[in-house]
Amino acid sequence: MATRYSFGGDDHIFAEVNEAMSLEAFFTSLSVTKAVKESQISAVTEVCPANASYQIKFDPDKIKPKDMLAELKRIESEAASAEAVISTRAVEIPVYYDDPWTRETLMRFRERHQDPNSTDLEYAARINNFDSIDSFIKAHSESPWFVTMVGFVAGLPFMYQMVERQRQIEVPKYLRPRTDTPKLTVGYGGCFACIYSVRGAGGYQMFGITPMPIYDPQQSISYLKDFMVFFNPGDIVKFKPIDRNSYDEGVEAVEAGTFEPVIRELVFSLDEFQSGIDEYNKNIGEMLHGN
Amino acid sequence: MGIRVISPGLATSVQDLGRPGYYHLGIPISGGMDRYALRCANLLVGNAENAAVLEAVFLGPEIEFTRNATVSVTGANLPPKVDGDIREGWTSFDIKKGQVLSFEYLQAGARAYIAISGGIDVPVVLGSRSLYGLGALGGFNGRTLQAGDEIGIGEKSGNSLAARSVPATLRRMPGSPAELRVISGIYWHRITEEAKANFFEDTWRVASEADRIGYRFQKGRPLSFIDRKQPFGAGSDPSNIVDSCYPYGSIQVPGGTEPIVLHRDAVSGGGYCMIGTVISADMDYIGQLQPNMEVNFVEVDLDTALAVRHERNSGLQQVREIE
Repeated sequence: MATRYSFGGDDHIFAEVNEAMSLEAFFTSLSVTKAVKESQISAVTEVCPANASYQIKFDPDKIKPKDMLAELKRIESEAASAEAVISTRAVEIPVYYDDPWTRETLMRFRERHQDPNSTDLEYAARINNFDSIDSFIKAHSESPWFVTMVGFVAGLPFMYQMVERQRQIEVPKYLRPRTDTPKLTVGYGGCFACIYSVRGAGGYQMFGITPMPIYDPQQSISYLKDFMVFFNPGDIVKFKPIDRNSYDEGVEAVEAGTFEPVIRELVFSLDEFQSGIDEYNKNIGEMLHGN
Repeated sequence: MGIRVISPGLATSVQDLGRPGYYHLGIPISGGMDRYALRCANLLVGNAENAAVLEAVFLGPEIEFTRNATVSVTGANLPPKVDGDIREGWTSFDIKKGQVLSFEYLQAGARAYIAISGGIDVPVVLGSRSLYGLGALGGFNGRTLQAGDEIGIGEKSGNSLAARSVPATLRRMPGSPAELRVISGIYWHRITEEAKANFFEDTWRVASEADRIGYRFQKGRPLSFIDRKQPFGAGSDPSNIVDSCYPYGSIQVPGGTEPIVLHRDAVSGGGYCMIGTVISADMDYIGQLQPNMEVNFVEVDLDTALAVRHERNSGLQQVREIE
C-alpha cells in the first residue's frame, strides 16, 4: 500500500502510510520522519511520527505547499530503501496491575463502560479469550512494546505490542470518555497501550498504575532534569508486574530522587525481529533483567 | 516587579507566539489564539512581536501597575479603563505606577490581548513564555492568573509610544455569521457525498465547549460515514481511525455529530478522522468566536488559502509601518 498524502490546511502535510496498524507501517513513519528531520529544511517547524502515519508542519511563507510535498515524496523514496534498523533503548516500566486507584476510578464511571458488572481487566481478559486476569497480565507484560507515537497530551506514549497480529490484545475504548483518570494509569484502547502522563479525561480501559513519572514540567524528578518528557517514538517498553510494596517503594524513591529507570541501549532490526519474535523478545527481557 | 492582579478575569493567561518544535511529544504550540491581534498589541507599545502578553477571554482582569508602562488592548472589543476612565482599543496609552487597569464588559469578539511595554516577564520554557494549561507548562507558574499574583515586566525600550493606533480597516474580526474557510481532505473521503454537501451548506453554532484546545460546533445535520470494514487497530466506530497526528485547525467529527476544530493548545493526536482543516489565515478568527455564534464553513482550494494568508501578512506589514 502506497503512502497517501493530504494537505492539512495550507501549512501541514498529513501522510497515511497504511490505514491499518502494523510494525512495518510504524517503521516507515519513523524512518521518513527521521530523514525529514535530518534534511533540516528550515521551513519545517514540526515533524511528527505516529502509529501508521506521520505529519509535518511548515511555514508556507517560506516554501510553497506543493514544493514541500514534492520534497517530502523525494525524501520518502530515499528513506524507503533504507534498512529498517534503529538505534534505540529498551525501558522497564514497573506496573502495579489491578491497583486500588484505577479500580476506584473505574467503579465511579461504570455506567460509561461496555460491561458495568466487571472491572476493565476482567472485561479485557474475557473478550480476548484469556482464562484469567493473571494470564492476561502475563501476556501484557511478557512481550515488549514499541512506543509508536507520543502525544494526545504532553508526553503520553502510545505503545504497540511486539507480537504477531493474532496475538495482539484488542479492547474497545469506553462507550463515553471518563472525566477523570489517575495520573500514570496504564491504559488500553484499540490495539494500543498507553500511560496517562497527567491526570485528566480519558477513554482507554484502565489496567494498572506505574510509580514512575514520565512527564515533569518542573523538571525536578532526577531522571527528567535534562528534559521534561521521558518517551520518544521508537523506544521499546517492557512492563514489569509489581506488588503494592514495590509500588510504594517506587513512589518513595521518586520522591527521594533516587529512582533510576532501568534502561538499556540497543540496535533494533525489524528483519531480525521478524525472523524469530519470541527469541528476540526474550533477549530484550534478559537485557533488562540480566546485567 | 510590574503588575499585581486584583481580579484575574475568567481564564487570563500569559501568551506569546508559542512553542513550535515539540508537537511530536504532545506539547502543542500554544501562544495567542488570535496571533494577529497579539502581534498588533505588541507593535503598538514598541515590543517585539513575539513578546509575552496577557490573553483575556470573555471577561477582563483588574490589574494594578507597580511601575509606569505603555499598554495596548487589541482583539476583542473589551474596552479598557485606567482608574475607571475609558481608553480606546487597538490604541496605546500610558499607565502610571499605582494606577489600575480594568475593563468594561465584552462588546464583541472573545479574546483581548493586553500588551505592556517591556513584555510580561515569566520564565521561558522550551523557547516560549506561553501557558500550556493541560501540561501545567509555561505561563505564570504553569496556570492561568489568580488574584494576588505579582508578575514581572521586562525592561521597556525607549520612550512612551502612547497614542499609536491600528486603523479600523486593519482591525481583523470575524463577520456574522463567521466564515471559516476550509481545505477539505485527510479523511474527507470517509463521509458520504450527502454529508460533504451538508457540512458546507449548514449553518453551525459555537457550542459551550470552546476553549484553547478546540472549538466544538453544533446544530448542523449529523454527518454519515461510508460503510467499511474497519482497518486493524482503528476502533469500531466509523469515525475512528488508527490514532494519528492532528493538524492545528483540523476538523474531527466524533460519532458524526459535532465537528471540533483544534486550536493552539490542541491534543496532538487521537483516533477520530479529520475531514479537513481550517486555513491558517482564519485560525485567528476562531479565537474571537463566542458560544452560540453562527458559523459557516466555506470550502476553498490551496491557492485561495495562500492568497488570503498573503493578504493577512500585508495587513500586518502595514501595522508594522505605523509611526
